[in-house]
Amino acid sequence: MTEQLIPCSEAVKRLWEYLDNAISPEEQESVEKHLAFCRTCCGELEFAREVRSFLATGTSDVIPQHVRDHLERFLDEL
Amino acid sequence: MEGSKPRAMNEQVVQDRTKEAFRLLTLPELAGLYSLARRLDEVSAEDLVQETLLRAYRSFGTLKTDASVGPWLKRILVNVFHDTLRKRSRAVEEVSVEEIDDFSLYRTIAIEDPFPYSDTLHHDFLSAFGKEDVHAVLMRIQDIYRAPLVLHYMEGWSTKEIAQMLDVPLGTVLARLHRARKRFEIEMWSYAGDAGLLAREETP
Repeated sequence: MTEQLIPCSEAVKRLWEYLDNAISPEEQESVEKHLAFCRTCCGELEFAREVRSFLATGTSDVIPQHVRDHLERFLDEL
Repeated sequence: MEGSKPRAMNEQVVQDRTKEAFRLLTLPELAGLYSLARRLDEVSAEDLVQETLLRAYRSFGTLKTDASVGPWLKRILVNVFHDTLRKRSRAVEEVSVEEIDDFSLYRTIAIEDPFPYSDTLHHDFLSAFGKEDVHAVLMRIQDIYRAPLVLHYMEGWSTKEIAQMLDVPLGTVLARLHRARKRFEIEMWSYAGDAGLLAREETP
């Protein structure tokens, strides 16, 4: 029995959740079935993966010196 | 209750609860705290950190080991942020989802072709963003949506933990996260244009 493929719009909506492992096994299967047939959505998936790791590395812990000075003084006066 | 997780080799149980001990433990965390505060609430970032340090010092007794000081402080910071969010005028949840759901950054980049001579268009697009650009994009997103995005994808907390910290149902966190991802993509595209990150924006 073949189930109907979900449309691209549905697949794309779930790609991030798919990468996060945050969808049900049934939804996961429907996304994978779609991806097996759709090159555009495979591209979407790869890009979503890239944006995801881009976000994860998108910050660095920097603190302006004057803010550090204020906070250190604040700690002294606790 | 003590967790069942074995302690890392260099992890020490906090025994010294003096002000000086608190100071020594928190000093190395200031940059991380400030960075998170700035992403949650840029305008009051410093106040947020101060309030966090104050609350943390008052509950210094609840910190078990020195290795957990970073996550412990960040959790307190999110609590402080949550309280300020509550005090402010009610944030308005966006209603319509459809029009933003239709946006695909992947397709937009492919169609608009901002780097005509590139074979790695999508990668080049992301590479054009520096860390301050990412920050600027985040600031374009409404705070109730931005917070779960920052906490989940940048700080690595689970959606369940975020629901607890922000005191909202898990379904709300998931819905906001969904919207936040879309907003992030939309704002990345519009920011890239505004900030002149796209090659085609160059004037001859």
